[in-house]
Amino acid sequence: MSSAGQGYAVGPAAAPGTSAKTETWLWIAQRASAALLALCVLVHLFTIIYAVRHGLSGAHILERTRGNAAGLVFYMVYVLAIAVHAPIGLRTLCQEWLGWRSASLNWITVAIALALFVFGLRAAWAVFVAPL
Amino acid sequence: MKNDYRARNHPAWWAFLLHRLSGLALSVFLPFHFWALGQAMLGEARLDSLLRWTEQPLVKFAEIVLVLLLAAHLTGGLRLLALEFLPWRDWQKSLLAWAAGAALAVGLAFALAL
Repeated sequence: MSSAGQGYAVGPAAAPGTSAKTETWLWIAQRASAALLALCVLVHLFTIIYAVRHGLSGAHILERTRGNAAGLVFYMVYVLAIAVHAPIGLRTLCQEWLGWRSASLNWITVAIALALFVFGLRAAWAVFVAPL
Repeated sequence: MKNDYRARNHPAWWAFLLHRLSGLALSVFLPFHFWALGQAMLGEARLDSLLRWTEQPLVKFAEIVLVLLLAAHLTGGLRLLALEFLPWRDWQKSLLAWAAGAALAVGLAFALAL
């Protein structure tokens, strides 16, 4: 049983089956991915507004994206940061608001991360690379 | 209980709630977003039919709300990173107002571009 959570009414360190070291790494990963996402979201917001102003049709969008290697790399990094950030945030929410602190939560967190990563990469591939 | 209420009736607590709820909403939206973008694999026509669906007023309104939530999560997150990692300065008290203002500006820019 970890003593890292002592003194806190709620908190990630209270989750049984998760070491204080893992919780620390999750905290660091959440902040590091947040910093990366800050840049990605800013670029994404500008891209959204640009796309809306310059023709929002399938042909217009794919004309700008297909074969755009820089765009593909950017969105792959974006997807990776999302796949790290969102599941850790949802995990904290489940712990604090639902009182879900069993080890099963960690497995669900990993599953959500993998699903977001795979489906996010698939979406980036669909938009930036020629159809399969 | 009284203390709980008073502690929560504060701009910083509302900022926390908005950050958490916007994060939840964006997480729920992501699978649909990835699915919709994945339809590009099926060609322009499929993407066009999805884009036509988004022309509905209610969908447009939902898009504006989503962009607002994304901008609010971004600016609220930047505020949190500044609070956690930068040395304390008096201007940090104004970060809440800056975060709210910047998020609204992005939402407005998107709404006007639509």
